[in-house]
Amino acid sequence: MENTDEKDYGEYPTLSISSGLYKTELTKSFRERKMWEIPNPKIIKSVIPGTILDVFVRPGQEVKKGEMLLILEAMKMQNQITMPFDGKIKKVNVKPDEVVKKKYVMIEIQ
Amino acid sequence: MSLNRNIQDLRKRKIEVQKGGGDKAIEKQAAMGKLTARERILAILDGNSFHEYDMFVEHLARDFNMEKKVLHGDGVITGTGTIHGSPVCVYAQDFTVAGGSLGLMHARKITKIMDHSLKMRVPLIGINDSGGARIQEGVNSLAGYGEIFFRNTLASGVIPQLSVILGPCAGGAVYSPALTDFVFVVENISKMFITGPSVIKTVLGEEISMEELGGARVHCETTGNAHFYAKSEQECFDQIKKLIELIPRNNTEKAKKAAPEEPLKEYNIEKIVPDNPKLPYDIKNVIRSITDGSDFFEVMEYYAPNIVIGFGRLNGDTCGFVANQPKVLAGVLDCDSSDKAARFIRYCDSFNIPIITLEDMPGYLPGVDQEHMGVIRHGAKILYAYSEATVPKITVIIRKAYGGGYIAMNSRHLRADFVFAWPTAEIAVMGPEGAANIVFRKEIQEAADPDAMRKQKIEEYKQKFANPFVAAAQGYIDEVIEPDETRSMLLHALSVSENKSVAMPRKKHGIPPF
Repeated sequence: MENTDEKDYGEYPTLSISSGLYKTELTKSFRERKMWEIPNPKIIKSVIPGTILDVFVRPGQEVKKGEMLLILEAMKMQNQITMPFDGKIKKVNVKPDEVVKKKYVMIEIQ
Repeated sequence: MSLNRNIQDLRKRKIEVQKGGGDKAIEKQAAMGKLTARERILAILDGNSFHEYDMFVEHLARDFNMEKKVLHGDGVITGTGTIHGSPVCVYAQDFTVAGGSLGLMHARKITKIMDHSLKMRVPLIGINDSGGARIQEGVNSLAGYGEIFFRNTLASGVIPQLSVILGPCAGGAVYSPALTDFVFVVENISKMFITGPSVIKTVLGEEISMEELGGARVHCETTGNAHFYAKSEQECFDQIKKLIELIPRNNTEKAKKAAPEEPLKEYNIEKIVPDNPKLPYDIKNVIRSITDGSDFFEVMEYYAPNIVIGFGRLNGDTCGFVANQPKVLAGVLDCDSSDKAARFIRYCDSFNIPIITLEDMPGYLPGVDQEHMGVIRHGAKILYAYSEATVPKITVIIRKAYGGGYIAMNSRHLRADFVFAWPTAEIAVMGPEGAANIVFRKEIQEAADPDAMRKQKIEEYKQKFANPFVAAAQGYIDEVIEPDETRSMLLHALSVSENKSVAMPRKKHGIPPF
């Protein structure tokens, strides 16, 4: 058994909790934890992986709130993705039959 | 001699059934590095103790040409035997017979042995090695699973239920192990998932191997579904035998007493813990410095390692240990560690195992991810489990006991029976740095040298509050003890609480936050 009196703690990372700095190992799930991002309403991401069935808008087009942007089929459901507010389409990153992963940026609004 | 002829016939029939799926299928099983169902049962049980039931059960499937197929024992072996002389019920799915697939009679054999183990109040060990539902039997195989899950739930907290995953365990089948007390997995052999890699790929386009999706390591480290990890089937069987020896047969008995032993001399309790509360050490060494023979049988070693749970003996009696691990994430409580500890506390409480809590943690882990993952409701589980437990509950505060974590870790306020503190204990609403920043914010801001003032105020706070005596003055601590008195104080506490009896308000059941 190691003797703590003679131990060198230099190799341990430091973790701050309520301003206290602790020498300790970090776990994989802590190191890989998701960092919080402020949501950007101008970016339309896929909430679920799936296949794009149809895209109804193109870049530069003015679209009203509630109009359909595209259909994303996932888990045998056709999800209608609509415009969250009145605006102009900046970029369309998907085309019909394309398979997208979760959180893929499908459409950007100006 | 017609009797003799009948005996010969019986023997022939038995030998036929014992062949399982036949030589070819057995060879295939061996090629996968797996033992057969029968070999597994015989390896777990004491020699010559196995009695098989329902050997001649036949399947009832009549569709898809199934009526012509002979499936020995319908793909599962059931029976009773002993481990270290104690009776257990056991079933093992036989992958060599139709891939261990679960049809109606297969399920009936399992539910029959489950009913038997519940009635006889003996532990149940289920060995899972099955391709899943027998599609040809349709809804009958779903019915079979449902009837198993229902019995797992009825037996929960009455008899110990152990699940051993020695092959695939996929789809609905995973929920039987998930409902049982302890799940054992073996590297490269165990595979558990709801939907396999091929379905995930076609539906979602995500590519992953079976091992990465639901292998032994994943369930021990990431999901928390499994409790014991082994490198080989033999190691796994040794773990099962050790666990069975440590726990009682059912919820009306206490664990069998072993011959008392002193801890090993090499675990010197005063050398393990650094007095600077910011420095790490391995709490398992503290546990080993206390337990008989310095033996500690850890549960869920690789999941949420910032809390340590497991069994050890004190003077021959099994105790459950729950201990913060300062070596990992400073021993903080978080979603996963709360969940892990809470279930273990409930296990110990169900099976009359006293709980010893070793506390050294700076509180709950801060962070958006923790808050959004529900640290409020997960953290509440630990409060619920300790408050509800009526077995002897003893806490030793080693160093830090800050804030909500102090309350959660079996404090006096949750009806701990004994709370001891080392002189290094710091029982306070938060650590000195955080507290000084808040309490003396004005003084620090207005000082000519804020940094020097902060240091001075932190020191003041430490002197005044970072010790066990403020809490002891309120009676929240029973005694401040020297570290090397820990084992003798625990033995004292256990002997005083031998006949502990508390009344709980009458209810059908509580509504814990899960």
